[in-house]
Amino acid sequence: MTENKIPVGPFHPLLEEAEYFELKVEGEMVVDIDMEIGWMHRGHEFISESKAFTQSIYLVERICGICSTSHPLACVHAIEDIDNIEIPMRARYIRTLIGELERVHSHLLWLGLAGHFIGYDTLWMWAWKYREPVLEMFEAISGNRNHYGMMRVGGVAKDVESEKIPHLLQILDEIDRKMEMIAKAAHDDPVLKSRLKGVGVLKKADAIAYCAVGPTARASGLAIDVRKDEPSDAYDLVDFNIVVLPNGDVYDKLVVRLLEIIESNKIIRQCLEQLKTVPGPILNNVKEITPGEGIGRYEAPRGEVFHYIKSDGTNRPVRHKVRAPSYVNIPTFMASCKGIPVADALITLAAVDPCYCCTERALRVVNAGSEHLDLLALSRAKTEQLRREIYGK
Amino acid sequence: MKASIGWLLFAILIFPGLFFTGVLGLIVGWLDRKVSARVQYRVGPPFSQNFNDFFKLLGKETIIVRNGIHSLFVIAPLVALGSTVLIATLVGITLFQWLGVANDFGDLIVIMYLMMVFSVMVILGGSASGNVYSSLGAGREIKLLLADELAFILVCLVAVIKAGYTFRLDAILATQQAQGMFIASPSGAIAFIVGLLCLQAKMTLPPFHISEAETEIVEGPLMEYSGPLLGFWKLSQAMLWVALPFLLIALFLGGFTVEGYGILWSLLKYVGIVVVMILIKNTNPRIRIDTALHFFWKILTPLAFLATILAVLGV
Repeated sequence: MTENKIPVGPFHPLLEEAEYFELKVEGEMVVDIDMEIGWMHRGHEFISESKAFTQSIYLVERICGICSTSHPLACVHAIEDIDNIEIPMRARYIRTLIGELERVHSHLLWLGLAGHFIGYDTLWMWAWKYREPVLEMFEAISGNRNHYGMMRVGGVAKDVESEKIPHLLQILDEIDRKMEMIAKAAHDDPVLKSRLKGVGVLKKADAIAYCAVGPTARASGLAIDVRKDEPSDAYDLVDFNIVVLPNGDVYDKLVVRLLEIIESNKIIRQCLEQLKTVPGPILNNVKEITPGEGIGRYEAPRGEVFHYIKSDGTNRPVRHKVRAPSYVNIPTFMASCKGIPVADALITLAAVDPCYCCTERALRVVNAGSEHLDLLALSRAKTEQLRREIYGK
Repeated sequence: MKASIGWLLFAILIFPGLFFTGVLGLIVGWLDRKVSARVQYRVGPPFSQNFNDFFKLLGKETIIVRNGIHSLFVIAPLVALGSTVLIATLVGITLFQWLGVANDFGDLIVIMYLMMVFSVMVILGGSASGNVYSSLGAGREIKLLLADELAFILVCLVAVIKAGYTFRLDAILATQQAQGMFIASPSGAIAFIVGLLCLQAKMTLPPFHISEAETEIVEGPLMEYSGPLLGFWKLSQAMLWVALPFLLIALFLGGFTVEGYGILWSLLKYVGIVVVMILIKNTNPRIRIDTALHFFWKILTPLAFLATILAVLGV
């Protein structure tokens, strides 16, 4: 059997963003996989170093449209870490509330996309329909459906007024009912099970070797979760479990996410109940940041997001480093995508819920500056060459 | 009664051939999209959407890739359209008894042959484009053809046996009009269900849209097609929405009556089959090609075989 190369990307219906995977196949079997990241570089770290801390928070919110509160949360954790800034109790609950709501909507978004990728468009539309009330809750709390702009150094930007809470709890009840239904449906669905069970297995040893994080690691039996391991905000004040499943296949990744949604709903309910009574300010006014370094971690829906910030005492970071969860989850394909059919490999690619534009931070330029390129001249030469190829003169 | 050349041309081009089947197929395509949309809590496209799509494709540029076999690439969709028109004509002439002029055209072997021609053209067209996704899709189409063909032939055989070992569609219909629909018997019912799933595979609808798998191999064999050629593919696929359910109705549901309230009953049979197919389509994810082979060879083909034996025994 001859070896063929199937390019997946940079533009492919499987990928919402530009990314390149090269599957080496024999017939339908994938024998090797190569990946190339670096198509989506946007220079967030560099821009952040020219902005004030307050502005940086809004900037990192734009790293990802889906986990748009995980990055700012990790960023404010990093800044607060420099000076050990205290956060008011009410702000801690609001932060956790927003973070968990985001997890629910992100997991539902993934569920829908996964349905689409395995050709199950009904699941896609239903999952996204049930995601809508979550966005309504966001709108009621922050005024925005995405990019909530809630995080501040030392607290949050906006309070959750107590008169809104009964309404929010009402929406939450509705979401809870739907989620239990969807979790049960997906759990019992023989068609989904037969399609996803045993597909793209990531063994526990491989998950450790490739440093997998988030649901990808937890579906392989690796019990890591920043919310439990290093609780910040209100995570040590609320009661929840982390979901760990042993098999490491796509089906387990699906179930982990579904059960996490239910756990997240538990946290949201506790936060809302607490917010009825917990008094206090929501923002600790921080005047300046002293020189120093700080790291911030947060369990984003896809896994641990990590921010490092170095301050020199001015109002802007000297160095701001971001590591998104997909950056460590994408290499696990080396272990999970080999020796399985193309149809399985592609859903495995999607099963870690990769977020490419979050991932890409650095771009290595080889021989930069050694050659002077005139873009206009290059473009003209290319046009001329094409013209000659087409018209032959 | 013998038909003249003029009548034959009318049958192939207007009714029940190209024009009738094409228009009905695009309307049913709309029904498919609308019902799917309602199942998925969407609004769905307006009635004229499929017609707009088709005519727009006719006006678009045809791009022919450099590293492919050009003649085959162009011929494949045309032959596929031709074979679909012929299937529709043969089935339609028998079903509608062709407005009383003649009804002795439908030969089941020819119809099965033409259906295979369509699949082979998908394979050839896909292989001729020199694209890696297309060749992968063509490979999958071959496997799918191997999977569903035997089951479908056995299904047809059940009707043939029950009609007294004749391959002629009009004889099969006449037997049913005399003795009642074949679906009423156990063998007929089993064969009908297997046949319905075979149609799903023949039309590459979910869960058997393995060869076109948009999110894997980007429409597979059709990937490099554009403009009118793509339009012809889409038109033939739409026409299959008419021709194949009609065939199933002729084989097991006793055909159409076109008098009085019989029209409603006929319509109900057709729309019923179409809606069941749409619902199967919307409640299943795409299965893997090896799962499809297992499904057809280990479950459906034995079932169809059982139905054949039952039919021989006269049950």
